[in-house]
Amino acid sequence: MTVLQKKAANPIGHLSPEDIEEIGRRLDEIRAEVIASRGARDAAYIRKVISVQRKLELGSRAVLLLSIFPPAWLIGTAGLSVAKILDNMEIGHNILHGQWDWMRDPKIHSTTYEWDHASPAEQWKHAHNDLHHTFTNVVGKDNDLGYGIMRVDEDQRWYPLYLAQPFWNFVNALFFEYGIAAYDLELGKNLATKERRQDPAFKARAKQVLKKIRGQMTKDYVVHPLLSGPSVLHTLAANAVANMIRNVWSHSVIMCGHFPEGVETFEKKSIDGETRGEWYLRQMLGSANISGGRAMHIMTGNLSYQIEHHLFPDLPSNRYQEIAPKVRAIFDEYNLRYTTGPLPKQVASAWAKVFRLSLPNDFAAKLRLGRPVGPGRAGLPAT
Amino acid sequence: MTTFASDPRARTTFRSRLRDRAWQVAAAATHPRDPADYLDMFRPLRAGADLRARVVEVRPENSNAVTVVLRPGNAWRGHRPGQYVRIGLEVDGVRLWRSYSLTSAPGDGLITITAKAVPDGVVSAHLAQELRPGQLVHLDQAVGDFVLPDPAPAKILFVTGGSGITPVMGMLRAGLGRFEDAVLVHSEANADAVLFGDELRDYAAAGHLRLVEQHTDTQGRLDVAALADVVPDLAERETWACGPAGLLDALEEQWSGVLHTERFRTPLVEPGEGGSVTFSATGTTVELDGATPILDAGEQNGVLMPSGCRMGICFSCVLPLRSGAVRDLRTGEVTTAAPGDGVLVQTCISAAAGACDIDC
Repeated sequence: MTVLQKKAANPIGHLSPEDIEEIGRRLDEIRAEVIASRGARDAAYIRKVISVQRKLELGSRAVLLLSIFPPAWLIGTAGLSVAKILDNMEIGHNILHGQWDWMRDPKIHSTTYEWDHASPAEQWKHAHNDLHHTFTNVVGKDNDLGYGIMRVDEDQRWYPLYLAQPFWNFVNALFFEYGIAAYDLELGKNLATKERRQDPAFKARAKQVLKKIRGQMTKDYVVHPLLSGPSVLHTLAANAVANMIRNVWSHSVIMCGHFPEGVETFEKKSIDGETRGEWYLRQMLGSANISGGRAMHIMTGNLSYQIEHHLFPDLPSNRYQEIAPKVRAIFDEYNLRYTTGPLPKQVASAWAKVFRLSLPNDFAAKLRLGRPVGPGRAGLPAT
Repeated sequence: MTTFASDPRARTTFRSRLRDRAWQVAAAATHPRDPADYLDMFRPLRAGADLRARVVEVRPENSNAVTVVLRPGNAWRGHRPGQYVRIGLEVDGVRLWRSYSLTSAPGDGLITITAKAVPDGVVSAHLAQELRPGQLVHLDQAVGDFVLPDPAPAKILFVTGGSGITPVMGMLRAGLGRFEDAVLVHSEANADAVLFGDELRDYAAAGHLRLVEQHTDTQGRLDVAALADVVPDLAERETWACGPAGLLDALEEQWSGVLHTERFRTPLVEPGEGGSVTFSATGTTVELDGATPILDAGEQNGVLMPSGCRMGICFSCVLPLRSGAVRDLRTGEVTTAAPGDGVLVQTCISAAAGACDIDC
């Protein structure tokens, strides 16, 4: 039995196996169209973003040399925050997905790119591309769901420790890049036993992470502050704030991708023998978009098109908004819920869930924190 | 300390050490990126950068060929006439590398290449239609041993066909005074189609060389066996030949004198069975026929493959074959690796001969 039957309103109960395979076929078609038309326009786009990011970073760092003056501090910190966000989201995340590998440019390639982030690209790619994107929203398999420290689903057993999860979530947001690094290292699991702690493979990876963090820290908290002379402390503070803004921003965007109300989670058993169509369907129901303007899409690395991204993780990010209407048409035709909303609403919705699940189910129900209409988990039809 | 300041060698090391230190600070400031990534935005042609060139001019050479004049970056080490260069162009957003003979004389800071239109050739079409002055292209250092010795032999014969004239053009332009007695036998469809036709005829008219044109539209293909009819002292001449494979094969078979050849394409044997190729580092697996070079297949599937001449000469594309078998497309020879072997194979001229695992 899948979780499907447990639900009051099963979001995919009306689909036949043929429907699901037809959805898969049509999505494959959209994918093929984009691949056939990738070209100079796309290459020019990513090169432009990279050029803007680098110039903004250089400019902001230059302004911060005078960060002792408050306007310089404000402008420099704002610019550096945006530069770091661009590096992590539209550039780093997407290059590391292999979205730009087809250009054959060794500087814009998933195997060579390294980003301004605590987690080494190599380890992040494994945890993110191989695990999260494969097992999206499968409880117990997709560690992105709550990062192993939070209760993310009504069916997860409640412990008193979860009362503090809003606080954990907030701390995780502030230091998100380190949270990701720890998570990519599977730190919790690997520190649990002596045997795991002493595993040479784990030790080598831990060393790699520490080296990366040391480089990042030296840059932001030693070299640039010292170069600013009398502004040393101001620059140090500016860099810390810029890192934190980047962390909170990316944490919010990522929470919006899989956590708002309306996004489905799945049982481990439900993905046994999953077909291509069913995999697509899980991505469709397990992701949520953010609506907004062009700047919003670029600043989220086009993860505002999380649904499109999860369907086609390796298509160039600038194409997601082009295919979104076609993808949405498929949702509409098959009467599926295309979850989307403005950033503040989605962030609030995700946070509401964090708070609700910090309480035992019956207690939350009593406080009328119950789920809004049509939420919960879906299972795919048994195959 | 007094000797320190006056000793020029000590000063140089001091300066270079200072420069190294400054670079280290810059690297710490740009971590995890290289300071060069930022410098490249402003000075892509500086000495320490990856070699690039700025397009100075693109001009039609004749109805179906285009000449591109380039100003290489400061890292350019120059070339010898007759050598070729690899150029990396962004064609439809994809970086494609091709080799071209240099047609300019070394020395004035500019280099030229001349490319003939190839049917369905995306790169030659790009050169002719998309490339504009001011754009940057990627470049490798000049390579190749199709060059003249210094001094040049007294009696020289050049045998060329079609765009095979390009490396010889580089030699001629580098100094006609070097040639005491040079003969050029050139084969082309007709007089109008001859690349650099006017220039060659001017050289001949000025007495720098004897030019024999074979127009295949009217006179048929150049018969190597009958070359002695037009060049009676053939045996005394050291020969440089470049052109279609058929011409070069015939020359290599029948020649008794000293012969240097330059091939633009590698002759390949009949393909064998293909197989599935796994690029283990990237985790990509593709099904290949027995005729597709592993290099091409890898590139088409987004694997960042090292590449070079693409004809089995330069060994830039060599990768370890972890297991399985590949077939040399030139000779048909099969190379087999037991799991864990890591036999180095040239991916540009190797095709799958059964399932194999390439470490890339």
